[in-house]
Amino acid sequence: MSLIAFWGAVELGLVYAFVAIGVYLTFRVLDFPDLTVDGSFPLGAAVTAVLIISGVNPWLAATVAMIAGAIAGLVTALLNVRFRILNLLASILTMIALFSVNLRVMGKPNVALINADTMLSPFFGLGLRDFYVRPLFVGLLVLFAVVLVWRFLESDAGLSMRATGANARMARAQGVDTNRQIYLGIAISNALVALGGALFAQTNGFADVTSGVGTIVVGLAAVIIGETLFGARGILIALIGCVLGSILYRIAIQLALSSDILGLKASDLNFVTALLVTVALILPRLRRGGAAS
Amino acid sequence: MRSLLLAAAATLALALPAQAENVTVSVTAIVEHPALDAARDGVREVLEEAGYKEGENLKFVYESAQGNPATAAQIARQFAGDDPAVIVPISTPSAQAVVSATKDIPVVFTAVSDPLGAQLVTDMEKPGGNVTGLSDMSPVADHVALIKEILPEAKTIGYLYNSGEANSVSLLDVLKAEAEKAGLSVIESAAIKSADVQGAARALIGRADVMYVPTDNTIVSALEGVVSVAEESKLPLFTADTDSVSRGALAALGFNYKDVGRQTGEIVVRILKGEKPGDIPVRVAVGTDLVINKAAAAKMGVTVPESVLARATNVIE
Repeated sequence: MSLIAFWGAVELGLVYAFVAIGVYLTFRVLDFPDLTVDGSFPLGAAVTAVLIISGVNPWLAATVAMIAGAIAGLVTALLNVRFRILNLLASILTMIALFSVNLRVMGKPNVALINADTMLSPFFGLGLRDFYVRPLFVGLLVLFAVVLVWRFLESDAGLSMRATGANARMARAQGVDTNRQIYLGIAISNALVALGGALFAQTNGFADVTSGVGTIVVGLAAVIIGETLFGARGILIALIGCVLGSILYRIAIQLALSSDILGLKASDLNFVTALLVTVALILPRLRRGGAAS
Repeated sequence: MRSLLLAAAATLALALPAQAENVTVSVTAIVEHPALDAARDGVREVLEEAGYKEGENLKFVYESAQGNPATAAQIARQFAGDDPAVIVPISTPSAQAVVSATKDIPVVFTAVSDPLGAQLVTDMEKPGGNVTGLSDMSPVADHVALIKEILPEAKTIGYLYNSGEANSVSLLDVLKAEAEKAGLSVIESAAIKSADVQGAARALIGRADVMYVPTDNTIVSALEGVVSVAEESKLPLFTADTDSVSRGALAALGFNYKDVGRQTGEIVVRILKGEKPGDIPVRVAVGTDLVINKAAAAKMGVTVPESVLARATNVIE
């Protein structure tokens, strides 16, 4: 694997680390399987691209993208909490609706940003090669997000959210408004995913309405890889696991693309992903089995 | 024995530098389907004719992103790191990913309808930088004329497309303008994934006099479903992709994507011979084939006029 390809994989892994953290919040903390992310990722890309094209500051564009993502999450939560639609189904409904919303936002399926100024533009040409600048920049944002989410989950408010996911009835008995926790958690999760989409558009030069396909699988794979490698020892470790899991997932794909090494093609990627998640799921059992015997 | 080994080693050592002169051409497409694959094969053919033989002095790398822009971005980084002589991205998202991944490796994009709108180049005549390529803007005006010639009494064209594909959406605007000039109206029916295609085709029954499919990756990959609707309901099916005719469409007027690939390959060869991509203007591919399927026409209740058959490049009985 070449240096550029390696750092490209790290960069993409860091962009999708926002997805992984978002999926961790819904799947693990809230115990709410949320497929909205397949729609909120391209939503973030679409909103940021359209705003940047119309001259809005890229930082502001990314912030608005996060708000849009949060709103998408709130819709899912509303369908589930207020109208009692099964959580998985509620998120699928929002995800499907978002495809049309994203097309409306962009007015066409693909918006190009290749020649536009992005959040990264001021950092190019400062001496570092572009392929270092991008992962470094995204990595700093990821670090910031990890610290914020970690501090939040360790706070009293975060404790209520964790209690909601762990045992909703018990949480309610302790006076926690579990409905509010679901609204909040899914909004934060989708805001992070939308930020991932916004960064994808800005680092790769385009927003495409098809870019949401399989986001949930990628996020889930990252969470599971992280858990397998680091165990579930506390919030911070789990969050770091999400980030590293996401990076490792992309490096695995990059290895599959370096067809000279393994004889794999890009068309084998789906299989590699399935294999990766399966191994990650089986590994802890095997370990336990090994310890028992 | 020892000297024999030495001689063998020396021969190997001599042979190795020749190997090192290999050029690498890396090709990527957003998805695998017959037209895009034909474009890739066209590139390879021209390279071979120009003396670049795979396995001898050419390393031809091909990766498909399986319809996923994130994978396209990763393939682009892979190629940028491999540092090949030329990168050939096929389709809009693949081209955008490659163009933002490298500012110095020569890029020859192909099968992109609107290179300016996709921001691949800022000037078609003098692209500058490291990017040039070939547009496959469909000859929509000729399509409308062909429909009128074969079906003079048709009033409404049913446009079957994926509203998520950039090329198809820009072609819809062109079609509406051309149809209006010819006194026809257009109704659209969208399918966002291949499983929806047959349903979208059925939605046109009774509302359109003819079905028209642009160079749309989603519709073309599920064309058999469209063909069965066309035959059941006697709704003549025209396509912009000529490979679709042998799969059951009535007629197509369009680029033979092997030819588009060949024209792309010619640009690649010029760059391998030392020309700068920035000096090579971006062109719309030339040459269209008219392909007619008489058996399909009969099933859809259409008799193709002799005048059309006479100038067809290929007639399938």
